[in-house]
Amino acid sequence: MNAPLIRDISKGDGPLVHIVNEDQVPLPPPFDKLEDEPRIPPLSDQVKQRFECNLDDTIVVNIPKAKSPAEEEELVNKFLSGLRKSFTKENNWTFLMPLVMSMEHCARCQTCNDACHIYEESGKNPLYRPTYRSEVLRRIYYKYVKEESTWVHGDVDLNWKTVSRLIELAYRCNLCRRCAQTCPIGADNALIARELRKIASQEMGIFTRELHQDGSELQLTVGSSTGMNSLVVKDNVEFIEEDTADLTGLDPEKTKIPWDKQGAEILLIHNAGEIMAWPENVGSFATLFNAAGLDWTLSSDLAAYDGINYGVFYDDMQTARTLLLHAEAARRLKVKKIVLGECGHAHKALTIIGDKILTGDMNTPRESCMPILRDIAKSGKIKWDKSRNDFPVTLHDPCNLVRLMGVNAPQREALKEVVPENRFREMTPHGVNNYCCGGGSGFAIMSGNNFADFRHHFYGRRKFRQILEAFQDEPMDKEHPKYVCAPCSNCKGQIRDIIKYYDAFEKAGIYYGGLVELMVNAMADVKPGYIDFEWH
Amino acid sequence: MAFFPHIITYIALGVFAIACIARVLMWMRMPMHLRWELYPVAHEPGNKAKYGGSYLEESDWWKKPREVSMAGELKVMVPEILFLVALWEHNRKMWVRSFPFHFGIYMVIGATVMMMGSALLGLAVPDLMAGGLGTFLHNTVLFCGAGGLGLSIFGALGLLQRRLTDPGLRDFTTVADIFNLVFFIVAFGLALVHFIAIDSDLSRSAGFLAGIVTFSPVALTGSVHEVSFTSATIILMGVLVAYIPLTHMSHFIGKYFAYHAIRWNDKPNLKGGDEEAAIGEMLTQPVSWAAKHIGADGKKTWADLATQEYKK
Ligand code: SF4
Ligand code: SF4
Repeated sequence: MNAPLIRDISKGDGPLVHIVNEDQVPLPPPFDKLEDEPRIPPLSDQVKQRFECNLDDTIVVNIPKAKSPAEEEELVNKFLSGLRKSFTKENNWTFLMPLVMSMEHCARCQTCNDACHIYEESGKNPLYRPTYRSEVLRRIYYKYVKEESTWVHGDVDLNWKTVSRLIELAYRCNLCRRCAQTCPIGADNALIARELRKIASQEMGIFTRELHQDGSELQLTVGSSTGMNSLVVKDNVEFIEEDTADLTGLDPEKTKIPWDKQGAEILLIHNAGEIMAWPENVGSFATLFNAAGLDWTLSSDLAAYDGINYGVFYDDMQTARTLLLHAEAARRLKVKKIVLGECGHAHKALTIIGDKILTGDMNTPRESCMPILRDIAKSGKIKWDKSRNDFPVTLHDPCNLVRLMGVNAPQREALKEVVPENRFREMTPHGVNNYCCGGGSGFAIMSGNNFADFRHHFYGRRKFRQILEAFQDEPMDKEHPKYVCAPCSNCKGQIRDIIKYYDAFEKAGIYYGGLVELMVNAMADVKPGYIDFEWH
Repeated sequence: MAFFPHIITYIALGVFAIACIARVLMWMRMPMHLRWELYPVAHEPGNKAKYGGSYLEESDWWKKPREVSMAGELKVMVPEILFLVALWEHNRKMWVRSFPFHFGIYMVIGATVMMMGSALLGLAVPDLMAGGLGTFLHNTVLFCGAGGLGLSIFGALGLLQRRLTDPGLRDFTTVADIFNLVFFIVAFGLALVHFIAIDSDLSRSAGFLAGIVTFSPVALTGSVHEVSFTSATIILMGVLVAYIPLTHMSHFIGKYFAYHAIRWNDKPNLKGGDEEAAIGEMLTQPVSWAAKHIGADGKKTWADLATQEYKK
């Protein structure tokens, strides 16, 4: 294994590290043979010619190669100018204090490293330490912006290799903030990774296509990063209503999905990815909300039918713009509150990040769907038949919902009402100490080049390990299906992809889905077999 | 020249106080930032603080009174400061070095404060200090002073050894990190030798500090050798006191804000609440980010740019 030092970031032409299967720790059975695991394919020569491929064996940002030393210098200067702006109130009031805190007070004790699944599952390669990119940025900041002594703060050379590698390295972090939880000082390396992404985006115009052009831009102009405009989304939802009525055997009135209802109590905002990829999630919400007699609606306003806010992963302005569209829809409909569907980053964007942006009549109260689902589960309004969920169930904690928002107990309390007690098991660790699924910070939607292989094989490896460990007391075969409850759209996408990558349904019976599907599956009024394990 | 150590001490205490106040003011004057809390949040009531729950676990949370438990914060903060709990939990190898280093410093500070306090008490109520309390304080100061110096030196040597030998730490270690640890070892080492060699009853240190705290300094007494030794110790300790808050070791101040203003800052912005004005001020900051999609010109504000129609 190559183990780069901090100062190596500015040196050499090729990738700094190559991670191979043999560097990694074997998974639990039946996936415990490293030699049987898929190998990560190399980047194509064409990609290597066009883009900077100098960090490791994948790329996600697709930074075009600089054409001349003059262009390199210009890009480095742009980076420095962005770094300077990051330390001004005008340009970065949004995160100035946490940034200064993390830059100035890290004691470089390396305590946070072992908390990081990416570092751990790389076989502990120093490049993937939470501290590596932060330390490089810290040294650049003190040497080139503050012009202080390198004796005090350490040295690093700043050139285009440093900058291009650093930007790519900012996308080797799920922004899960598990590392920050362990820091004795309160420094936050995830924040620094995000600030790096911001400098690249907000100053240099460098971002990933998935988050920017196909993400926030599409959402701000068309209405959804799925590309659906309001007509298409309404059409799709109509199909979902019908399918849900068929699947549940309920009266179609009971699976109706209301649109644009003025003065409704609740504006429900889903991640529109659910509408495309997991329509049963949207149908389940409708079934539960209707059965509980809630007064609710969806909105067909621009972006208001898609809770996605990819800005939170790379760009404060895009974050604010998307938030404002969501808030404006709620204001126009005069709803009493916004409720976020099963999407972790949408939760964090609107409830936590948006909290200090939305004021006055744009400040419609916002809450997670989890407390409502818990209240529905316990309300007595719906009769549950737990025996319908008589299969092993474990719960994935989406970082945005749990560690970053403190919504932890309601989903567990809801599960208790609909899953037999002896069938539920926690992962180790869980709750606020959970591991990210490996799809966090936008990775779940990134699959260009060979990045998907990295995402499944490497970033999501700890989560897959945890899932397998949670079910080790069960027969690991297809005949004994097991349910990973992942109440977040991005996490669900990532877990779906890992299952597919390892063929884990066929080999171990691992299946995944949301919380609401489990709830509807346990409704005594609903036709048995709502969850169909053959559909995976 | 006889009062040089006294002058240095006053200057050192002054620099320390001014640097700490400046640091506190710097953090207090930081602009409002977006929420970035991290759970568990220690002031959440009851069990929530333990498992990492928040008020957002309640439906219609804004209609319910928000409970903030200061006792909960203290329950986490005090053990964290005294015993470095996070390090104990997540980095035991570092803790066995860092804890004695930090705790030793607390003991030395405690001994110094007690010596100063004893001097003041001795002036105010001489009878009290002449009795059992005086003896008790004296013994406590002896224990904390000598024990603290020893503990801290042990910890600093351990930290130095680990910084220089662990490959992961070595790459992150700067010249200043080594200098800081060596500075502690030399200053505290000198103080410990001073105690053992010529001040085992602490009368020299206590007399000096009494003069400082009562603003009636008296020149150091004894042989030239003794005076030089005591002066050198005081000067080195003084420089150390002044130096600490000027370096990243001021994290003892930053840590308070890291916890209170960032990690545990979950105060919601309610409609019509006291935060709206501050948010309004931030949203009218002019933006100069250069990327095309931002659309900034150095004059348009966050509010202008976030609300204008988005064009690709
Ligand atoms: S971020 Fe915190 S835990 Fe990590 S090296 Fe810095 S001080 Fe240590
Ligand atoms: S935020 Fe998560 S992925 Fe990123 S460095 Fe920290 S622990 Fe690793």
